[in-house]
Amino acid sequence: MSVLIGRETRLVVQGITGREGEFHSRAMQAYGTRIVAGMTPGKGGQTALDGTVPVFDTVADAVRETGANTSCIFVPAPGAPDAILEAVGAGIGTIFCITEGIPALDMVPVVEAVRQAGARLVGPNCPGATSPGRAKVGIIPDSVHREGDVGVVSRSGTLTYEAVQAMTDAGIGQSTCVGIGGDPIIGTTFLDVLQLFAADPETRALVLIGEIGGAAEEEAAAWAAEHLADIPKAAFIAGRTAPEGKRMGHAGAIISGRAGTAASKVAALEAAGFRVAGSPTELPGLLRVAGHRG
Amino acid sequence: MKIQEADAKGLLLAQGLPVPGWSVARTPAEVRSAAESILADGAGRVVIKAQVLVGGRGKAGGVKLAGSAAEAEAVASAILGMSIKGITVRKVLVAAAADIVKEYYLSAVLDRAARRILLMGSAEGGVEIEQVAAERPDAIVTIHAHPHLGLGDWQARQLAFRMGLGGHLRAAVGIARGLVRTMLAYDADLVEINPLAIIRETSADGTVVERLVCLDAKVTLDDSALPRHPELEALRDLDEEDPADAEAREAGISFIRLNGTIGCMVNGAGLAMTTMDLVKRAGGEPANFLDIGGGAKSDRVAEAMRMILSDPKVNAILVNIFGGITRGDEVARGLIDARAQQLRDVPMVVRIVGTNATEAAELLRAARFETAATLDEAAARAVAAARTAGA
Repeated sequence: MSVLIGRETRLVVQGITGREGEFHSRAMQAYGTRIVAGMTPGKGGQTALDGTVPVFDTVADAVRETGANTSCIFVPAPGAPDAILEAVGAGIGTIFCITEGIPALDMVPVVEAVRQAGARLVGPNCPGATSPGRAKVGIIPDSVHREGDVGVVSRSGTLTYEAVQAMTDAGIGQSTCVGIGGDPIIGTTFLDVLQLFAADPETRALVLIGEIGGAAEEEAAAWAAEHLADIPKAAFIAGRTAPEGKRMGHAGAIISGRAGTAASKVAALEAAGFRVAGSPTELPGLLRVAGHRG
Repeated sequence: MKIQEADAKGLLLAQGLPVPGWSVARTPAEVRSAAESILADGAGRVVIKAQVLVGGRGKAGGVKLAGSAAEAEAVASAILGMSIKGITVRKVLVAAAADIVKEYYLSAVLDRAARRILLMGSAEGGVEIEQVAAERPDAIVTIHAHPHLGLGDWQARQLAFRMGLGGHLRAAVGIARGLVRTMLAYDADLVEINPLAIIRETSADGTVVERLVCLDAKVTLDDSALPRHPELEALRDLDEEDPADAEAREAGISFIRLNGTIGCMVNGAGLAMTTMDLVKRAGGEPANFLDIGGGAKSDRVAEAMRMILSDPKVNAILVNIFGGITRGDEVARGLIDARAQQLRDVPMVVRIVGTNATEAAELLRAARFETAATLDEAAARAVAAARTAGA
């Protein structure tokens, strides 16, 4: 099994005819993800990806005609909140929003609508998720992965690739890698993903990759201490050298006063039984020390 | 984006909040004439406040009272040009000094964990709220606005009563709702009034009235929303901005100058922070945070290199690229172009993996760049190069 995505994923790509949408849809399809539909208003009736994927005007049409159950959004920031709401309205259960640069206050009513509908939103401003050997939704490069039993959750993009590549190079594979995104308001938190991993029998170890800003790592650590006490856990936190009061690229990566520091996150994770790496390359070694065999 | 107190007050006023009048002056003479007209209007004293985008102005001596126009001019001479946390004061706000009965704190902020707008109030105003939160958390009243319905009147009333503002209920409710309205109108992450104050005023007929007003204002705007508020771009304080920040913004690069000697060029914010952390861990000091963004082409790489080298402290450069959307060969071409154009040469260690890394390696080898296979190795070699250069 895997979390969020898997062989049962039937994907509709919102914005499939755009440059980014088409490029990454090809990569997802090549990886084996079942892309059952594309959606671009006004292009209904056309096809994408060399005639292999029908394009619909609305997500509702795509769901009705193809049974799509998961959406991946590449729509530019001004239209992305609306794209999420359209997916929710069409009954899509799992929505990945890759789009970067959505104003934070736009997301407040959107995440509430997602919650009320009982759907799940991953992102925005996230790289998506990959379940090695099964499916990928989003933009994580295929080459970093290897099939295995470590669940990876991260707020970052390229840092995740770096960490996962280090694991793969050391022979440690992944059950699912989930990038939750670096924005202040996101649909799925570290805690949510840890809960999913806890319920997944094929995930037998965890890697959490966090960064400065907010308190989501601390919240997840407290839950893991109680519910994930007996599985190997390792973590890495970026931003130990970040100055206070500056936004470090990600809209959410900012230390405000005493809150959101790397030190606070490292301390919370260590107290919860995570082995915290000083460099992403140390993660595989720490997993082994923590008792991971695989 | 942070904006100055005077500009923040302008936004509050535009949203109908009660903000006593003020003016902005850049010279002691301007302060003098502003003070003259305020005193002529009947104020007993004026307050002169440094306009800088850092906290702790009062402690640093950047906020002073004056009883006459001459004194105001003298006080302004001391404040203008002074340095507060490294920022030179170039302008001051001048206003009538309020006769304060009691100070409160009220703010609206984006609560990441709850994913809602959070109102925070306290009867302990005029002091740092972080300090109140740490020492007496029960002195802070909080309430979340509904994500679809906003802040209800009943919520604003509850907040006002719990803050002890029952005597000024209508005004307090109006201000609380006004903070949320301001946040939504301008896409602010934070709207903070500290102090919100009951002040005593003598009206024209000689009667004394008490009024609840916003004596200070702090607003930070969501950078992601600025494209849809072009008028707010004018509030960006270019005096306080590092010129490199403006260049970076134009080029689509995320750049923050730091104090070290090792320039860093990375793709991705998390990886850029990690690269800085590993430089520090290897015994060096990063000179900057720099994220070239996803899918950077060679021209953006060349621009990033120019920005790094514009810092004279930089004596070594570490380039760390994990190609995904970004293609390694594009970055390599940008580095080669940049080196051909740059005015000074510093040792550079390049590590490119991921998409088109093989092509990148060939280009870099042909151009005789020093390369590294892992990030740890790259950091160690950049630190060693910086030491040699600095010796």
